[in-house]
Amino acid sequence: MALPTKHDDRPLRHHRIGRLVVSAVVPIITGVVLWAGFLFLKQGAAPPAIIALAAIIWGVGGVALLFWVSDWLVNRLPLRAAKTLQPFVFVGPALLILTWYLVLPTLRSLYLSFFDAQSKNFVGLANYIYAFTDSRMRESFVNNLMWIILGTGGSVGMGLLIALLADRSRYEKIFKSIIFTPMAISFVGAGVIWRFVYAYKPAGEMQIGLLNAIVTLFGGEPQAWITLRPWNNVFLIAILVWLQSGYAMVIISAALKGVPSSIIEAGRIDGAGELRIIRSIIIPHISTTLVTVSTTIIIISLKIFDIVYTMTGGQYGTEVIASMQYKQMFTFYDFGKGSAIAIVLVIAVIPVMWYNLRQFSKQEGF
Amino acid sequence: MGRTTPKKWTVLVNAILIVLVVLWAVPIIGLFISSLRPKTDVLNSGWWTIFSSKGRITLENYRQVLGGSTYTFVDAAGKTVRSSGDNLSQAFINSLTVTIPSVIIPLLIASAAAFGFAWMVFPGRKFFFTSVVAMLVIPLQIALIPILRDYQKIGLTGSYLGIWLAHTGFGLPLGIYLLYNYISTIPRDIFESAFLDGARPMVVFARLVLPLSVPAIASLAIFQFLWVWNDLLVALVFLGGTKDVAVLTQRLATMVGSRGQDWHLLTAGAFVVMVIPLGVFFALQRYFVQGLMAGSVKG
Repeated sequence: MALPTKHDDRPLRHHRIGRLVVSAVVPIITGVVLWAGFLFLKQGAAPPAIIALAAIIWGVGGVALLFWVSDWLVNRLPLRAAKTLQPFVFVGPALLILTWYLVLPTLRSLYLSFFDAQSKNFVGLANYIYAFTDSRMRESFVNNLMWIILGTGGSVGMGLLIALLADRSRYEKIFKSIIFTPMAISFVGAGVIWRFVYAYKPAGEMQIGLLNAIVTLFGGEPQAWITLRPWNNVFLIAILVWLQSGYAMVIISAALKGVPSSIIEAGRIDGAGELRIIRSIIIPHISTTLVTVSTTIIIISLKIFDIVYTMTGGQYGTEVIASMQYKQMFTFYDFGKGSAIAIVLVIAVIPVMWYNLRQFSKQEGF
Repeated sequence: MGRTTPKKWTVLVNAILIVLVVLWAVPIIGLFISSLRPKTDVLNSGWWTIFSSKGRITLENYRQVLGGSTYTFVDAAGKTVRSSGDNLSQAFINSLTVTIPSVIIPLLIASAAAFGFAWMVFPGRKFFFTSVVAMLVIPLQIALIPILRDYQKIGLTGSYLGIWLAHTGFGLPLGIYLLYNYISTIPRDIFESAFLDGARPMVVFARLVLPLSVPAIASLAIFQFLWVWNDLLVALVFLGGTKDVAVLTQRLATMVGSRGQDWHLLTAGAFVVMVIPLGVFFALQRYFVQGLMAGSVKG
């Protein structure tokens, strides 16, 4: 759609120099104001709360100001140029930031992954050979696979189970909102919550961790769950299931409401039991939703970092790909290996990306 | 409301649901109770014993994690500096300072871009938007090393501006995608009459599009808020670990390392980190759910 532009204020010839000056002065003033704000914030010579408030005003106001000034500038251009540039006032900032933060980094990481720790010497595929053969890396691949299978399976399975049950209960709303609550909690916070559940004291002492208290109540030996290989991975994955089941439940629940009651009733009249109805009518009906939810949680599991970082720091056989990448960056300062691991993560999401793009290209009207 | 279900099932259904709900809620309840118990109680008895004998309650744990000790020292330049010890209230302010612009800035930029993609014609429009869709699932790990190097060069490490921009970059694909889906459904004639009146696109955007998109913007804002507030990795990489800028999640992760067995403090600390997102979540759950529905593709 061609956008009509207001043009009753086009520059007249004898005003041109004056207008040029104004066009230059306004951006300069804007720049100076923003820079002064930046310096003030950098010095930090004020109470933290004031600095915080100033930072917020500066950051948000600065972006709004930049939009207005660039729009103002474009509208002072000759009509044709203004019309061509106008859309880029709107999409330009986003495209610039995405290029800087996602597009270029992908290419740069790819480039860096062929160099050594200091990014000085070309090392060929050495970092990739490391990524696929090193014992810690192999451990993290196995663990990540476990995260993907158990984490996604657990969350989607639980979400589906709860959605199906809640759909048949009078107290649906209350049940669902309790299951949903952990969605608001950070992985770190959830890590503390569950560390406490898994807390361990030697046998004979009073257990303060819920899990060990239950185990000893039934006469079992208390265990240090977090260091108990290889099951500790499962105990970490349980945290993800606890966090993400609510998400799966909400999406699946909405899809369930879309299954026509008439088909279900027809199934009942034909004598199908409740389980048969779920298996043969409801599940096929919501299969697209199940795929969407699963891909989302697969990606979360693939990138899982916070839980491992907080709970074990990757020790006791719980390393995952993202925690190895973090270690290469900040413990060993090896940007080559760190970049190679990041590229491995990107390669792992390509199937999902391809699926999304295919779904998108099916959409009409773009 | 539930569907018509055979009677024999309803009791069983509710029983299973109650078991699951208890399973989900108990860890949070245990955390909250422990954060209110005195140190010796927390460390020597399970939190569930509060219901039987030892019913002592205290706010001391919160006082300690929030306040900490304040002390003064003379720095290298000879200036007297007042600094606080192990306190989460500073981290709380830092979290707010990081989060608020990291929500508003990407929302501004994303809604402008969504408006451009939805209602303007320009070369490369389809290519650029397809790229945005592709970027929805790119793991942000890919950006950490290159962007960290940039920041080290231009001095943005440990600065708020640096982390705002990083969160903006990582939040934009989903933001543009969701807002495009919404803004492109606004009826065309609403704009056309405004354009005929001679309004500039920026005016149309600010006066018409933004107000009309409030529901979509609200759900996206909650999404981004929870994501930024709860983030650990981006803060660790770009903000660094110094106490005067560290956010709550960083401080809590540090506390787990240094105070791994001080459960009375860890539980209180965890609750401080959770309280704002839980509040936002309960107050605005409706919007959040709408956002989830629309955006279940984010990586």
